[in-house]
Formats: sequence, structure tokens, C-alpha cells
Amino acid sequence: MQLRTLTPQRIYILIGYAVAATALFCAPLYLNDFRLNLLAKFLAFAIVALGLDLIWGYTGILSLGHGVFFGLGAYAMAMYLKLEASGGRLPDFMEWSGLASLPLFWKPFESFGFAVAAGLLIPALLALFLGYFTFRNRIKGVYFTILTQALVIITTTLFIGQQALTGGTNGLTGFSTLFGTPLAGEGMKHTLYYVTAVLLIAAFVLCRFIVKSRFGKVLRAVRDGENRARFIGYNPAVYQMVVFSISGALAGLAGMLFVLHVGIISPSMMGIVPSIEMVLWVAIGGRGTLVGAALGAILMNAAKSVFSENYPDAWLFFLGLLFVIVVVFLPKGLVGLFSRITFRKREESEEHEAAAAISHPAVRAGNG
Amino acid sequence: MKQRQQSAILQCEQVTVEFDGFKAVQGMNLHLEQGELRFLIGPNGAGKTTILDVICGKVKPASGKVVFKGEVDITRKKEHQIAELGIGRKFQTPSIFPTMTVFENLEIAMSQNRGVFAALRAKMTQADRERIIAQMVMIGLERKADWRAGLLSHGEKQWLEIGMMLLQEPEILLLDEPVAGMTDKETDKTGELLHEIAKSRSVVVVEHDMEFVRNFASKVTVMHEGKLLKEGSMEEVQGDDRVAEVYLGKRRDADVSRSTA
Repeated sequence: MQLRTLTPQRIYILIGYAVAATALFCAPLYLNDFRLNLLAKFLAFAIVALGLDLIWGYTGILSLGHGVFFGLGAYAMAMYLKLEASGGRLPDFMEWSGLASLPLFWKPFESFGFAVAAGLLIPALLALFLGYFTFRNRIKGVYFTILTQALVIITTTLFIGQQALTGGTNGLTGFSTLFGTPLAGEGMKHTLYYVTAVLLIAAFVLCRFIVKSRFGKVLRAVRDGENRARFIGYNPAVYQMVVFSISGALAGLAGMLFVLHVGIISPSMMGIVPSIEMVLWVAIGGRGTLVGAALGAILMNAAKSVFSENYPDAWLFFLGLLFVIVVVFLPKGLVGLFSRITFRKREESEEHEAAAAISHPAVRAGNG
Repeated sequence: MKQRQQSAILQCEQVTVEFDGFKAVQGMNLHLEQGELRFLIGPNGAGKTTILDVICGKVKPASGKVVFKGEVDITRKKEHQIAELGIGRKFQTPSIFPTMTVFENLEIAMSQNRGVFAALRAKMTQADRERIIAQMVMIGLERKADWRAGLLSHGEKQWLEIGMMLLQEPEILLLDEPVAGMTDKETDKTGELLHEIAKSRSVVVVEHDMEFVRNFASKVTVMHEGKLLKEGSMEEVQGDDRVAEVYLGKRRDADVSRSTA
């Protein structure tokens, strides 16, 4: 029963992956630079969405604090770019704030390797730290979610308050080059786009491996019945910590790519609203499916930019309407709609299951 | 006495459990021999489920201790550590993982390294697969391997859970009312399963259904108001005046109230 046979359904899925990958790699051929840059940003967001789906869709833990992990990754990369742009002199905002020399913790960020490692490890370790004190003490459901919101407020307040060290409200911007090549150049834009596309695919493959492994099955078991998993002999806290940490690292990776594409990071981009928005991408795309999470991030952001360009006054209403429609009519997200159309027959026999599987995550988490 | 303690796989000594000042269990002693099948009966609120909760670590006793295999004090251990030592628990309501398939439920329950990295690397070997299939045959769910467990009937869920516990390969099985809510036919099948299980393991069963208990020639422990009331064979227990008074008398009342409810 575990044998992999090429059922028609499987073939469709494989074709889908191939088409998606081709579309991604051919995008520079049919998109102008502005659009390509936007798409690159959306692909970075899709990486966050994958990480969020691991923790929310598969493990049943709702984090409204992923903006922080995203932001930490972004700041790590931004610090490197800022130092490169300053060319050995003190970064401009530090001068304005009256600093005489580069703070000690900025020094290692002169190295690209260190910046990348920090952008992955700092969010991962922060998630591990937070997870250690919450999951181990069996803090979960809405209480955990509220704590992640508190983390966002603490972090943004800290970043705004330490203007001399972090650039304050303005954040970090004014980057010029990466490895000596101008960031704004066409070649660089294309390269960064390809790097992002490859990393998105790598993140997708990693998440798929995790989800399909026995580790992933234990995650779903923890989601379905944390206590039961415990009485089988698994320690749910360790599993939750590890997956939260991986999720944080993916958000950090996305943050690094975001800075390279957008050229700025500020506390408002890691605040409460972006954190909640990230969860919405996953909810709208389809929680509990990796494709859904990634597509949700890309489509929602594309819709946002299309609406805001064409209907500058009314776009927020459209976006709100879209949210309402998805929440009310598509509890499984866009992917749920798709599979309902394609695999209608299959669905019918699984009606009970659908009814049993869909319950609002926050409500269930609260009960559990 | 000395002899008995040596062969005991589980000893509960003077276990007392308090919930906000209410003593659910008071100085309870329970000695379980290697390979023994023990029934735990008593009226509602006697503390039967609570004593199982203590053994599996869900509830921490206010005093007293629980010793596993004569050497390991499990009173202060965490649930997953106790499970890893070899004590499996089945709850009153079937608690399987509803969105996972029958096969997957058994796969993660199977005895194995429970660490994160082991789980990431774990591969389904042919031996594992055969083990799981053999288990599915035993619990009669081999045709439903790919069903989501949430779709199974109540009885099937109970069997799946028993199957999961068996693959976990515990040395002691704690079963809380395994036949509650089952049809007669399902109850019979569960009885067969239980006979099979008891051959190779120590089992503690909390049960209300006296008919069901009579099918097994084994020792019965009667609890009342958190204390040990009587221990012995079913005949001895039924012949005891105090048991008749507190348990069998009330049992009739309970039956009446249940049928009218």
C-alpha cells in the first residue's frame, strides 16, 4: 500500500510541479524588471509561508510572531549590505546618532558568510528559546499565540528604541552593492531572482521531506492529540521546538532575500500587521498543504499589487472581500477548492473525514 | 511476601491522590505480577481511573509511590518517559489520530527510537511493514489500512487503539473500559483480543461490565471511595458482603439510572 504507483492523480501533480518550475525559471523572459522584482519578493514571502505551514498546518500551533523571525533574517543581511555600502566608514545613521565607532556586535557582519549564518541561526535559536519555555511547560493554543504577539511588540520596540544601533524607525536602507556589483543592475536583479527561485524550491523540497517523514507523521499526531502522542512515548515539546525552530529559520531566510530585493528593512515590516498577514497567506492558500501555503503567499501578494495599482481607493475593500469569501466558503483554502473540483468523486467518499478534519485551529488549540 | 515483591512487575504503595483537598485515592496498594491479568472494579468515583492515571504519569500522587519492576520509581517521571519504560495506556474514549490513516497510526505507535532525528531518518523497512500488517490482521482492520482513522466505527477505533498499544510493545497494559459503548458482537471480539494480549503481558483492566469480567478467570480488585475493598477471584468477590453492599447494590441503581438517562 506504500508502493508508489503512477496514478492519474500523481501524474497531474508531477505535471503541475514541472509547469510551476518552468514558469518560475522562464519568468525573466516575459516579465519586465519591475514585475520580476515584485515576483522575487513574493517568492521570498512564499518561503515564510512554507515555514508557517509546517508549524500551523502540520503541527497545529498558530504563531503570530513570524514577522520577528523574518525581520531578524532581514536585519542580518541588511547589516552586511550597510557595511559594504559604507565602505569601511561608520554607517550614516550611526554618525547622526553620535556614535564614534562601530558597535562590537556589528563587526562580524562585515563577512557575508557570517551574515547569512546569523540570518538563519538567530531566528532559529530565538524560536528554540521561546519554544523551550512554552512547549515544555505545555503552554499552547491561544496562550502561545498571544506570547508570539508579545514577542513582536518587544522586538519592534527594542529595534525602534535602539536607534543608534539599528537605525530606529527608519530601519536600514541605502545599500549600493553586493560583492561589488550594483544591486539595482539588471544582471544582479536576474541573479537574485534565480537564487530566490532555487531557494524556494529547496525550501519546498525540505518541507516536503519533513512532512512525509515519520517526523512529519509525529507532528500530525501531536496536532491531532498531543496527550495521546505523549502516552505512546513521544515528547511533544521536543518535536514542537524543533519544528518551530526550522520554521523560524525559513522565515529568516526569506527575510534575507527580501532585503536583497527591496533594499530596505524597518521595524514596521516585522510588526504585528505583517505577522498576521503571513498567517493569512497560509490560510487563504490552504493550510496543511505546502503547495497551498506557497501559492497563497504568491497569489495574495500579486492580488494586492494588482488591486492597489488599478483601484488605488478601493483596493483594501477588494482584499477584505477576498478574505471574507475564502474564510466563509473555502475553509480549506484555494487548494481545497481545487481538489474539490478535480477529485470530486474521491471527496464524496471522504465527506465524513472533511467534516471531522476541519475545525478552526484556534478553537481546537484552545480546547486541546 | 518477600517472594511476591520480587516477581511483582508493578507495585503501588500507599498511593494517595488529592484534587483540591478531595481524596480521590487514599492509601491504595496494588501489586501486579508478571503476566497477570487484573480487573479493577468498583462503583463510580471509586478512584479506578485515577489509579491508572497515577501509574501512567498523568496524575502525580500526593503521597506514596509506584515502583516498576521492583527498582524504578516512576512516580516523578513524565508521561512519555513512563511510556518508554514499557507502560501503555488506553483511555476510556478511543483516542486515535483521526486525520491519519490506520496504517500511519500504527506506524508511529510501533516501538522505535522516539527521538526527533531518528524520526526524521526513519525508513519503513519490510520487517516493519510486515509487523504492522500482522497487527492489522489481529485487530481485523487489514482491509482498512488506508482509511482515515476518524472514519472508523467506535468499536474499530477501540481496536485500533489496542493495536497501537500492542505495537508499542509495553510490558504493562492499562485499559480503561475497553468494551464501553460496544455492541455484544464487538464486546466478544474485544474479549478474544484481550485473551490474546494477556498471554504475553501484564494487563490491568478497569471494567464496569460484570458479564465481561466473568469471562476471565482472573483476580479482581474492588475499590471503594479511593480504597482497596477486596481482592480475590470473581467468586470470592461476589460472595463478599461488603462488596455486595457498596458495589453490587449500587450497581443496580446505576443501571436503572443509565437506562432511563
